[in-house]
Amino acid sequence: MTIKSVTSLLAHADDNMVLAQRLGELISNAPELEIDIALGNTALDHLGVARALYTHAGNTEGKGRSEDELAMFRTEREYTNLLLVEQPNGDFAHTMVRQLFFDAYQMELWRDLSTFSDTTLAGIAARALKEATYHMRFSSGWVTRLGDGTEESHRRAQDGVNALWQYTSEMFEGEAEHYHPAWSTTIESALIEAGLDPVADPYQRTGGRSGFHTEYLGFLLAEMQWVQRSYPGLKW
Amino acid sequence: MGAAELPGSEMVTAATISIVTARKVAASVVDPEIPVLTIDDLGILRSVVVDEGRVIVTITPTYSGCPAMGQMEDDIVTAFERIGVEGVEVVTVHFPAWSTDWISEDGQRKLRQFGIAPAVSEQDLTCPRCDASTPTMIARFGSTACKALMVCSSCGEPFDFFKPF
Repeated sequence: MTIKSVTSLLAHADDNMVLAQRLGELISNAPELEIDIALGNTALDHLGVARALYTHAGNTEGKGRSEDELAMFRTEREYTNLLLVEQPNGDFAHTMVRQLFFDAYQMELWRDLSTFSDTTLAGIAARALKEATYHMRFSSGWVTRLGDGTEESHRRAQDGVNALWQYTSEMFEGEAEHYHPAWSTTIESALIEAGLDPVADPYQRTGGRSGFHTEYLGFLLAEMQWVQRSYPGLKW
Repeated sequence: MGAAELPGSEMVTAATISIVTARKVAASVVDPEIPVLTIDDLGILRSVVVDEGRVIVTITPTYSGCPAMGQMEDDIVTAFERIGVEGVEVVTVHFPAWSTDWISEDGQRKLRQFGIAPAVSEQDLTCPRCDASTPTMIARFGSTACKALMVCSSCGEPFDFFKPF
């Protein structure tokens, strides 16, 4: 298959939109200035990917829905992002583990989509692949440093892995199944490098792709959408 | 180069503008974050078409996270309005994806003069102030989506590095 359905385009857009919003919460709150800027830059990249995909989904759908309408006027049940990206930031180790899990998945996704015959999607993917690669140097570098750092940083990184592992297999549902082996290889070696233990518990939570979310997404969307919902069409 | 300085910049309309003038006007728009570079230098200006009273400017976005893209679209429209051409269409094309290889040689020279090391592999990177080849990275993510922050170990000055992309 070398094109994507509107449903699928929206799911990938939602992943990037929600993670951009989560990372945006850390701007002015990160542990140090360089990290603050890095997280802000990463959030902007995710937002840019989301915007391009929303626009493309709207054009593909052909009902005249703009990127803003798709981002600001769809409800929690209509959002089909992964549960992983809506999880709260937690501490910095938690944020970096979430980013690593997602970056490794995005690299497989964009590498694949960059070869699609839908050239708009292929172009967006080719650009996003370079960005995901760049983000992953940051997230994997920090997971290594934290896992292989002090007793305290190791404990926090391991807590992040333990808490977030249950949201990982959702990334590989349906048509994304073939990304799983490469992702597993990447993540296994990253965890070994960081001295972190893989999670033995097979329990996995899913539902995001069908619009069934954890309690956190509603609050995130409420904060993100309230201005447009209170004053529809407002611009500045 | 602003529209007012363009040769022969008497007022025209979308019906009377020549392709040469249209191309010049579009190519004169600068990056708001790096005002020494035009969108032509950056390689994001893909085409300018004048067709039966319509002017269509096609651009390709740089980094997904570049907030200057929207500003540049507005600036293209404004640059044409300034010489009397209303309703210019700015079309975004994502394929093929932009690369720093598309920055012209002239653009790379201007970047260096502006104090930003142009995109090269990290091994080939030299300080734009003193040309020493021993810079170290301070932060992989710099002041804008397109730049990393370096410091020169010879002259001690920090400088921006355009990320190879």
